[in-house]
Amino acid sequence: MTHETTLAGYRRADGDPEHLYPEYKSTRLRALDKPLAIQPHTLSEITGPAYGHGKVRELDHDLTRQHEGEPLGERIIVTGRVLDGDGRPVRNSLVEVWQANASGRYVHSGDRHPAPLDPNFTGAGRCLTDGDGRYKFVTVKPGAYPWGNHENAWRPAHIHFSLFGEAFATRLITQMYFPGDPLFEHDPIFQSVRDPKARHRLVSTFDLETTEPEWALGYTFDIILRGRESTPFERPHE
Amino acid sequence: MSMEPTPSQTIGPFFHYALFTEDLSELVAPGHPDAIRVEGKIFDGAGDIVPDAMVEIWQANAAGRYNHPEDDREDVPLDENFLGFGRAPTDENGSFSFLTVKPGAVPGPDGSLQGPHILVSVFARGVLKRLATRIYFPDEEEANEHDPVLASVGDPDLRSTLVARSEGGAFRFDIHLRGEKQTVFFDV
Ligand SMILES: [Fe+3]
Repeated sequence: MTHETTLAGYRRADGDPEHLYPEYKSTRLRALDKPLAIQPHTLSEITGPAYGHGKVRELDHDLTRQHEGEPLGERIIVTGRVLDGDGRPVRNSLVEVWQANASGRYVHSGDRHPAPLDPNFTGAGRCLTDGDGRYKFVTVKPGAYPWGNHENAWRPAHIHFSLFGEAFATRLITQMYFPGDPLFEHDPIFQSVRDPKARHRLVSTFDLETTEPEWALGYTFDIILRGRESTPFERPHE
Repeated sequence: MSMEPTPSQTIGPFFHYALFTEDLSELVAPGHPDAIRVEGKIFDGAGDIVPDAMVEIWQANAAGRYNHPEDDREDVPLDENFLGFGRAPTDENGSFSFLTVKPGAVPGPDGSLQGPHILVSVFARGVLKRLATRIYFPDEEEANEHDPVLASVGDPDLRSTLVARSEGGAFRFDIHLRGEKQTVFFDV
C-alpha cells in the first residue's frame, strides 16, 4: 500500500533558552554538554498523545472552587488561545496549570517557604481547549516566592503551563508571568530566554475586556506551539 | 501567517500534585500477557541521582501503529484501548518505571523501517527545555542495525546510550543528563 506524500515535520523552535544558563544554578549539573543529535522527524515525532480527553471534570478549570471556602488573594481570570505556528487553533487539547497560592507557597512537601498554606487553595487546574483553541482558568494571583539560587533570590509571580499540541514534537512546558513585574531583571529563569522579544512572549497582558466588574481582574496569554514545515517529507509506504 | 513559538521554561520542582493526579505509569493492565517493564534512573553531571524529574513516553502499539490520526495505515491494527502515552516521576532514588508493551517497528523516512522504539521526554528543575531521547531494545539487534535514526548517531558508544539493557526481567534504561556518560538527546 502506498500513501500520498503528505507528512510534514515541525519547524524547530527559535527563542528557547540554551540548556546551560549558569546564573540558574541547577543547570550547571543538569544541562547536557554534548551537542543534540540531529534527526529527521518521522512518524514517531509527528504523532503524539491525545491525553486528557474524558479526564477533565467541570470545575477543574476553576481553582477558586475546589474547596469548601474561597481562597485568599486577588481573584483573576487567565484566558487565551493555543495556536500552532501558523496561527491555527489547537483544538480539544489538554492544558495543565499549577501555581503557588497568593502568599507564594506551593501545596508541595518540598516547598519550605515559611509563608502560610491556604486550606482553600491547591493551585492545580486543567482544561481542554475549545473549537477556537481557547482555554480559561479562574484562580488567584500567585505570590512571588524566595528560592535558594543566589542571595536574596525571588521568583516573579508565575503560573506553570503544560501543553501537548498535536504531536510529540510540539510538547511544551513553560511559565506565564504578569506584566511589569519588578523581579523580571533579577530572575535567571526568566532571563534564560535571551532574546527580549521571545521573553516578552512569556508575559501575559492585563485585559479590561476579560476583567469582570466587582469580581476579578482579567489577563490574556496566548500560547504559540511550533508550526508545521511547509514541505512534506515522503510518506512512509510498504 | 507565521508566529514565533512561546519559549520553554523549566518544570521546576513543585509539579507533582498537579501532574500526577492519576497513575499514568501503567500503559497496560498489570495482568497483560505481553506486558514489559521499562525502568531506569536519572543521573546528573556529578553522577548523583535526580529525584525530582518527570519522564513521559510515547510509543506505537505492539503491532507498530500510533494511536493518532496522522498514522492512518489501516493495514496495521489500531488498539483503541492503548493510548501509547505514559508519565512517571522519578522517586527519592532517582528511579522511574513504566509497564507497557513492546512497540512494533514503524516506518521511517524513504521507505526505511525503524527498529522498535519508545520516545522519551525528560523534564526537571534545572532543565530549561524538554530533553528528548529514544529507548531501543537489546533483543532487536538486526532491526536496530537498519534503524535510520540510530544510524545517524555515528559513534557506537553514543549509540549504545539509546539501547536498554535486559536486567531482572525488565528493560533497564538509565538516563545521564550530562558528562562522560551523557545519553544522546535529539533535536526534536
Ligand atoms: Fe514555580
